[in-house]
Order: sequence, then structure tokens, then C-alpha cells
Amino acid sequence: MPLRRPPSGRPSGTALLLVFGLTSFAAIAGDQALPAATEADKAWLLPPLPIVAGNPITPAKAELGKTLFFDPRLSANGTISCASCHNPSLGWSDGLKTGIGINGTVLNRATPTIANMAYNTQFMWDGRKKSLEEQALGPMRTPEEMKTDLKAMVLMMGSVPGYRELFDKAFPGEPISEDTVAKALATFQRTVVSTDSRFDRWLQGDRQAMTVQEWRGYQVFKDPARGNCAVCHSGANFTDNGFHNIGIAQADGSPDMGRFKVRALAVLKGAFKTPTLRDVALTAPYFHDGSAPTLMDVVEHYDRGGDDKRNLSKDIRPLHLSPLEKEDLVAFMTALNGQGAHITLPRLPQALALPHKAAPASTTLAHSRTGD
Amino acid sequence: MPRHDSPPFRLINTLGLCMLAVVMATAHGTALAAEQIVSQKGKAFSTKKLRVKVGDSVKFINEDPFSHNVFSLSDPKNFDLGSYPQGGAKSVTFDKAGTIEVECAIHPDMAMVIEVEK
Repeated sequence: MPLRRPPSGRPSGTALLLVFGLTSFAAIAGDQALPAATEADKAWLLPPLPIVAGNPITPAKAELGKTLFFDPRLSANGTISCASCHNPSLGWSDGLKTGIGINGTVLNRATPTIANMAYNTQFMWDGRKKSLEEQALGPMRTPEEMKTDLKAMVLMMGSVPGYRELFDKAFPGEPISEDTVAKALATFQRTVVSTDSRFDRWLQGDRQAMTVQEWRGYQVFKDPARGNCAVCHSGANFTDNGFHNIGIAQADGSPDMGRFKVRALAVLKGAFKTPTLRDVALTAPYFHDGSAPTLMDVVEHYDRGGDDKRNLSKDIRPLHLSPLEKEDLVAFMTALNGQGAHITLPRLPQALALPHKAAPASTTLAHSRTGD
Repeated sequence: MPRHDSPPFRLINTLGLCMLAVVMATAHGTALAAEQIVSQKGKAFSTKKLRVKVGDSVKFINEDPFSHNVFSLSDPKNFDLGSYPQGGAKSVTFDKAGTIEVECAIHPDMAMVIEVEK
């Protein structure tokens, strides 16, 4: 039905409002562009990689680090590499409730992604490692994880010509050591960056990069009166590098005290590090104990205001979100999937790679099998 | 005869009380204690380094829209103020000289140093 016009031939105020309203709705709900990102929104864009004093990123170090990362010979029995748990095909995690270490040992906590660790200041769920270099050797030193004999590992690498070449390029004039192994692994991990997500592209001006539902989810996410998610998942990497008790239900007996074991302060009982949300839709299940199978389970948890209220963070409260708001939130989180690093899997150096220098492979590998 | 609450007497009384306070403070060997303010905003303390005198106190005010903590494990003053939300404030009195490293337990990137001088 045509809009009635006043005698003057100009549209009435009501008609103008109706037309404006329909146009706005079309802009938001149809295939039209979303509202442009504001300057405040653009604070979510990742900055350039931070420069690390004492271990700047070089291509040679990253290449060596990648090779080490995928090499199962770093573990005591040659069965587990860093990539066994931090699998690039599973968002650099493992898809398991909690990790599985050497000889099938079930670990206590979920495997976190390594994506965007370059931007973090706290490492491990409880922050007990202060740098990626420090963290890199942690799983190797842990008997339940890789159980590596680090001295034997260094000997093994020194006996493999391909590794000697990689170390020479990465650390000219330096001996192969635990220190250089840690620096190379840390460097490679710093190059694993999740960015250029649909959300990033919207921030950069592509007003059709996200769906309307994802954009609505972003509004819920950052609104303190609704999702209040950005209270902890703040900053361009969606983490405050902080520790919070978010009310995860724990069985009585020996609860995981989290950060409290590192810093014995009351507020930290049951507190764990805020994880990044970049690539989060690729890294189910969720929480430090992997107890939430899906992102909707995570949203429902926060909507309830947590389950175990003992020492609950004062920033966790029931949210009373509508079903639509919950679905919008989940949709927004899927818009945080990066384009993914195009990793070329390394060919692991073998003992006989350069025959004129090599010892028999079986002899060389025997050095690394200290856990057998 | 002038009343004791007349203006000249009020001035004398006030001056007398002030002098008494100074004398009492001097007798204790300290100046009057002061209170300094440190705010927590944008996940940072408002100053990285603060100098105070023994006996002074520092009031920590949370101006962020989420909870903060303040603690120190330093020997001269070991304290934990728990967590408190926006608008909350708690004070600590520093009664020994030394260097106090102060952090927020919730956000470990938040740190400052208080130098307590004699």
C-alpha cells in the first residue's frame, strides 16, 4: 500500500520515520553493510608482534623451532612431540577434555592453544611460567608429559647433521643447548598468530565481513550490562592476562587450586588464567578442565553466574541473557577464527641425512630413547 | 570581662591545640602521618613508584569497572587487601622502612614499588 502523502506532496513525519526505520533495518538485517567500526572498536586489532629482548624473532630460529616442535624424538620414548597436544589441525590444541601425556598418562588440565602466545605475559593455566622460553622446556621436564632427558636430547641433536645445520643457522657460534632449544621453540610459537578474522576485517573497514548475528553478538559481548565478557576477555588478544575463579564445579576431595599454588593469596583459590578467544571455536572443549563441550555450554555457565560459588570472582554474576543473545554471542565467537597460519610441516632431520658424516641411525636414536 | 568563646579566645584555643599536636608528634619522634592516594585504573596503578615516610598510609582506590586486589609479600610490610570492585578503597599503613613491591594478584601485570623512608 502506498504511503499517504500530505497535501504539500512531501512525506509526512510518520512516513519519514517509517522509511528511515525500514532503511536502518535493511542496513542491519539484510545484506547491507554493518555499522562502521569506531575508534574504540579498533582497539581490538592486534598490534605488531612484540619484540622480545634477548631472543628476537629470526626466520632461522623459527624454522629450527618448528622442526623441534614437531619432533617426537624430544620425548623420552620418541612418541610425543609438542604438536601431539598442540595440533595445528585442532586450533593448536588437542580436542580432548584434558591432555594426554607420555604412555597415555591423562593430565589434569586442558591443553591451551599456542596461538597468539606472543601477545601473552602469563603462561600456563596458573601462570607459573614467566616467559615462552621458560615455558618451552616445561612439558619436557614433566614426567607425565614428555619426560625428556634433556642432556640426551642435546646429544642426539648434536649427532644429527641436519639438526647441526639448523642450529648453526639459528644460533651461529653457539653450542646446541637447552637454552637454544628453548629459544628456538619460543620463537616458533611466537610466529603462530591468529589474525585476519572476520571480526578483524570488519574492524578494518569491511562492513560486510561479519553477519548481522555476529555483530549483534559483539554488542552483547562488550556490554557490561549484558554479556560483560570484555571485563576479562579484554584487549586485542581477548585476555587480561589475569586470573579469575569463574565458578567451575569441582569434585570434593582434591580440587585444583589453580593460581593459588603459585601465589598463596585467598583471591586466587580456584583461579585460572583468562584464555584468548581468538580461534576459540576451533579449540573445544573449554575451561581449564575441559568441562564445557561447546561454546554454548560456556555461555550457559556464565549466564548461570558459575556453579561453585566458593571464592567466586566478584565479576561473575547471573547474566539473564535471552536465548537470542546467547546464540548471538556464540556466533560472534565464531567470527574470531583467524585465517590460520599456513604451516608447512617440517621434514625431521635424520641421522643419515648427510651420509659422509653420519653415524648409524640406530646408534644415534638410541641416545634419545632414555625413557624406554 | 571577655567571654571565653569570643573570637580572640577561639583563635588562642585553636593555636594552642595545633601547638599541642605538634608537641605530641615531636615527642613521638615522627611528623604527622600522611595519607597518599594510589588509584587502579586501566589495569595499572596510577604511579609506578611512590615514596612515603614511616607511619604514612596509602589508600588504594579501584576506579576500574571490575575487581582488583592489592598485596605485597615484601618483608617490611606483608599484606593482602582481598578483592574489591569499582569504587572500593582500602588503606595500608607502612610502619617499617624498606622497599615494598605491590601487585594486583588478579592482574599480575599491575605492579608498583613503595619506598618507605625513615
